[in-house]
Amino acid sequence: MSQIDLTSPARAVALPSLERQYLERRALVSGALTALTWAAAVLGSIPLFSVIFMLVAQGGARLDLEALTALPPAGFEPGGGFGNAILGTLVMVAIATLISVPIGLLAAIYLAVLGPSSQLAGVSRFVAKTLTGFPSILAGVFTYAVLVVAFGYSALAGGIALAVLMLPTVVLAAEEAMKQVPQRMTDAAYGMGCTRSQVIWKVVLPTGLPGILTGVMLAVAGAAGESAPLLFTALFSNYYLAELMEPTASLSILIYNFSAMPFENQIELAWAASLTLVLIVLVFNILARLVGQPKV
Amino acid sequence: MASHPFQDAATPGAISGPPSAGDYLGDSIFRTIALFCAFLIILLLAYILWEIGGQAVPAFERHGLGFVTGTTWDVSGEEFGVLPEIWGTLYSSLIALIFGGVFGIAIAIFLTQDFIGARLAAVFRTIVELLAAIPSVVFGLWGIYVLIPLLRPASAWLHAHLGFIPLFGTELSGPGLAPAALVLSIMILPTVAAISVDAFRRIPYKVKEAAYGMGTTRWEAILKVMLPTASSGILAALVLGFGRALGETMALAMLIGNSNQINLSLFAPANTLASLLASSFPEAGEIEVQALMYAAMVLLVITFVVNVVGLGIQQLTMRKFEGKK
Repeated sequence: MSQIDLTSPARAVALPSLERQYLERRALVSGALTALTWAAAVLGSIPLFSVIFMLVAQGGARLDLEALTALPPAGFEPGGGFGNAILGTLVMVAIATLISVPIGLLAAIYLAVLGPSSQLAGVSRFVAKTLTGFPSILAGVFTYAVLVVAFGYSALAGGIALAVLMLPTVVLAAEEAMKQVPQRMTDAAYGMGCTRSQVIWKVVLPTGLPGILTGVMLAVAGAAGESAPLLFTALFSNYYLAELMEPTASLSILIYNFSAMPFENQIELAWAASLTLVLIVLVFNILARLVGQPKV
Repeated sequence: MASHPFQDAATPGAISGPPSAGDYLGDSIFRTIALFCAFLIILLLAYILWEIGGQAVPAFERHGLGFVTGTTWDVSGEEFGVLPEIWGTLYSSLIALIFGGVFGIAIAIFLTQDFIGARLAAVFRTIVELLAAIPSVVFGLWGIYVLIPLLRPASAWLHAHLGFIPLFGTELSGPGLAPAALVLSIMILPTVAAISVDAFRRIPYKVKEAAYGMGTTRWEAILKVMLPTASSGILAALVLGFGRALGETMALAMLIGNSNQINLSLFAPANTLASLLASSFPEAGEIEVQALMYAAMVLLVITFVVNVVGLGIQQLTMRKFEGKK
């Protein structure tokens, strides 16, 4: 039977079936992997829900006016709160913002408008990117070496350590926002005879503002949650901040200190402080989304 | 001021006019300041390196390279070595990378390969972003009061039944490597997921259409076409996530147990460079501060190398896709 009979039905059987086979191996593998991916996505979001649940259940129970305004309790003392830590966190984040935003914005203007493809811009951009990946504790070590050794622990040192962390984030976000400004708008301004500063102040900055603000808000949110750089720059204090050159309390350091204490009251306060800190960070995150909305 | 162009073009009495000499001066001052600020970023990195490096010099002269291979941290004996910390840093980050990497990439595939509708994808994306927004200390607190109690019975069972494997050589008696590494993996998951999502998004849609057109199943398209195409971007995500894990401080300082030992067991306490800095710096004397500066320098060098490699891969990837367009 060496001759092939093209008309026999055996030939048709040799062709693969082109109909979808739900039970063939590759379909089963595909289904199984899809199920695994769903499982991974759901499993991956469990920690977030667990953290939120604990924050609301443990922290929410203790979050009242006293917790928000009173001073931290000592040892077995009942009650108390973390008012000074909230103030300290806000003050230090404000200092960091005041330092990092002007410098970051100017640097971003250079990177995005003045010399986007210059060698300096290339190096500067790369350095900013490496700095964003730096361990935050090194910002603390650096500030300790530069400032704390000479002037002691202070809110200012804490703020500067946070500014070191914020700067690269602000630069990269602001550069990205300014690059979104359409070229024809700047071209039109140049065509009117504007100087480069006029183009930047009157066209690029106003147009890129929503994006810039989003970046700044995200950097602020990140700085508010940081604790490692504050450990040995701002240290901690049990009292309200009186001047910028003294050790200062912050929410994150308070949580760190209280989490290791053997007292029920302090641990409850640590949860309440965590809830407050997460809420502060979330407010800035939500603000970042809101100001970024107007973009088409 | 004839040096300025268009000066003669000014028409007397007209409302419009060329930039005045003052405008030109303001413009060049402004541009110089902006240039200086761009330069300031490079200066900042140089200053950080110089300052930390400079403070580490006395310790470097005293301990030499033995600091990196030494295993004791004895303040009163002035003997310092960070090998256990280097080990702990790499070991915990590696475990975190395995878990964070698998889940991060799976979530990136989940979000980009049409598994769910746009609205549900937005919900999951928000979940991942929220995960990134939660401060490190809060994860530390959660680890102490949720994760460690949860892991304890599991570790006891594993130790009792599989104790002959070095990984389960001890029980979890409190803080230890496993809870620290797990929290670490949760913290790097958003980084890995975000950069991987970018990598998948960069692939033109027609690539996937071509694969489906060949009759592949969804997963054949993902495993044989999408993943290899996005592989360099995913590699960058993993390296940058690893870099993030290396430098993470507070959650580790709270969970890892700060114990100066080298142990393969997942449930033994350990230490990392960053948490050594966090826990020893505030009370350190002069000699110990110098040693800590040396340790900071070691951490800086490790993270710097990892980050530069990650960024390099990322840039190569971008160039690859932008060049092909």
